Amino acid sequence: MTRLPRWADVVLVPLISLLLAGIISALVILAIGQSPREALSTMVTGSVGSAYAWGYTLYYATSFMFTGLAVTVAFHGSLFNIGGEGQAQLGGLGVALVCLALPWPHWTLALPVAMVAGALFGAAWAALPAYLQARRGSHIVITTIMFNYIGAALIIYLLVNVLRPAGQMDPATARFPAGAALPTLHDLPILNLIFDKKIPANVTLFVALFACWLVWLLLWRTRLGYEIRAFGKSEPAALYAGISPFKVTMLAMLVSGALAGLMSINNVMGESGRLLQNSSEGAGFIGIAVALMGRNHPIGVFLAAILFGMLYQGGAEIGLWTSIPIELRTVVQGLVILFTGALDHMVRMMLGVFFRPRRTEVA
Amino acid sequence: MDYATLLQILDSTIRLAVPLLLACLAGLYSERSGIFDIGLEGKMLMAAMCTGAVAALSGSVWVGLLAGIAGSVIFAAIHGIASITFRGNQLISGVALNFVASGITVLIAQSLFRQGGRTPPLSGDARFNPITLPFAESLSGVPVIGPLYSEVISGHGALVYIAFLAVPVTWWVLYRTRFGLRLRAVGENPASVDTAGISVIRLRYAAVIITGILCGLAGAYMAAGLQAGFGKEMTAGRGYIALAALIFAKWRPWYALMATLLFGFFQALALRPDVIKNTMGFDVPVPALDALPYILTVIVLAGFVGRAIPPRAGGEPYVKER
Repeated sequence: MTRLPRWADVVLVPLISLLLAGIISALVILAIGQSPREALSTMVTGSVGSAYAWGYTLYYATSFMFTGLAVTVAFHGSLFNIGGEGQAQLGGLGVALVCLALPWPHWTLALPVAMVAGALFGAAWAALPAYLQARRGSHIVITTIMFNYIGAALIIYLLVNVLRPAGQMDPATARFPAGAALPTLHDLPILNLIFDKKIPANVTLFVALFACWLVWLLLWRTRLGYEIRAFGKSEPAALYAGISPFKVTMLAMLVSGALAGLMSINNVMGESGRLLQNSSEGAGFIGIAVALMGRNHPIGVFLAAILFGMLYQGGAEIGLWTSIPIELRTVVQGLVILFTGALDHMVRMMLGVFFRPRRTEVA
Repeated sequence: MDYATLLQILDSTIRLAVPLLLACLAGLYSERSGIFDIGLEGKMLMAAMCTGAVAALSGSVWVGLLAGIAGSVIFAAIHGIASITFRGNQLISGVALNFVASGITVLIAQSLFRQGGRTPPLSGDARFNPITLPFAESLSGVPVIGPLYSEVISGHGALVYIAFLAVPVTWWVLYRTRFGLRLRAVGENPASVDTAGISVIRLRYAAVIITGILCGLAGAYMAAGLQAGFGKEMTAGRGYIALAALIFAKWRPWYALMATLLFGFFQALALRPDVIKNTMGFDVPVPALDALPYILTVIVLAGFVGRAIPPRAGGEPYVKER
């Protein structure tokens, strides 16, 4: 296969994959007798057409940045963490327990503690699959899938039997105290000039941006990051270099689980103000698409998260205003994962046709 | 627990185990050939929608079944193209196809019937009608065995018996035919199969298509046997439970039967919390029963109940030496 120039690999391959996913989605929309043009315009206006729309897009993007980073860190250690969904839900449990434990006077006090709890619970839910992979050789993909289901069952049990306040019908915790509510972008000075209506995007966005930078720092500027990447490229070589596979697997998965768990300060603490059933709403899975689309780099993850935020918010608008069901966004999400993650060789082969003459010139 | 209740639970165990069993055997063919398949769930869902839709339109469950198999095989073929021809990541391909199936089934059902992403309720010949086995009536008076035969074993749809027949057939194919030997070999060491002059690619495609057909049966049974019509996400993680059962069974057909019956039994118990309370004397929370198959699989994966060793070449795309 032709080796593509680096810029083509980083920029063109994801874009072409996105384009292919878009074309197939358009064909699907045509096949069910709707107009792709209308769908696209509804999606774009509904997700980026106004400050209000951006408020939702950025809210979703915040969650996806965390889960995308979670998948990225694990991917660099050649570990495929499908368990972001369960880790995020358990992280939500940690956040909820912290928020309910004390009558928090101000969010600046509640946020750091909630972050620690969310990260710890998320990491804990990744710890056992990581241990089983490192010590027992059981496949991390299968164990993390199993842990998603076990986590969901655990949360349902806790919400119905333990955390639900007396007299409340729906399975959810009590509302968090007002002091634990995170300010939205509408509540912040200066930013409220842009976001003049109530929106869900909140200060967690800045935590997510900071997390992107920290993950970059971890992966490319620390010894641990180097070890994770070396282990991911070649396990025998890493072993020969004295890198402990056990340590790398455990730490990469713990960081990954912590990042997924951190997501819940956005949705549980920032948006719903209480822990609900299935709080992560699939964001853990979207992290896979975001990481693949973002080429496993924090900058790429940031951009892909915004793109998927648009897809999510725009998809909701499509479900609301057109007769295309909201499930269209699940189809697009699946197609993006398919083209960027599984058919990437095909995309490269397609591009290779255009780059071959240049290569012979160089050679 | 009295005998009648036990029979009821065993009866629903069988009905709930059948989709798991078919999907588990489906996964067995694919994984034994060295192609991991996380997409059992998506294929079942696709088959359930196609069966539900076509059975509702044509009024015949058998036409619906064919449509279900076709839908599932299309997804299997895409998985094959991604993971065999283009040597893509098999796990990612499976995950992706599950998402596509989850969304596209609702899109199609909604555009066909406009009933909120469901297919219309099926009845009569559009469902798998119960088959009464010979002598079920006359033997029902015999104590103990009679009711067991007439209520638990007899009176299921055709696919139930096909599913149970598929177990010995799979065993026979896998261990007593040339195709089976080659299939097992290609999952362990594709290079040796290639050296013997047998096409790795053709064998793996064959396995993936068989997986598609069996998932088609599983999905069709969901839509036209277990329930009457397709509903959004109606497989509810059964593809993943089947995957768990496959590991639990260590990729062997008879064990797959036992694992799926066990997991089906858990599902049947989860539907009857009153029975557990009466027999055990305490309340077992339903979520605990729901999680039990997954917990058991993790225990098996941890190697506490004998090691579960997957086919050695599983997940690795085969690159011919040049």
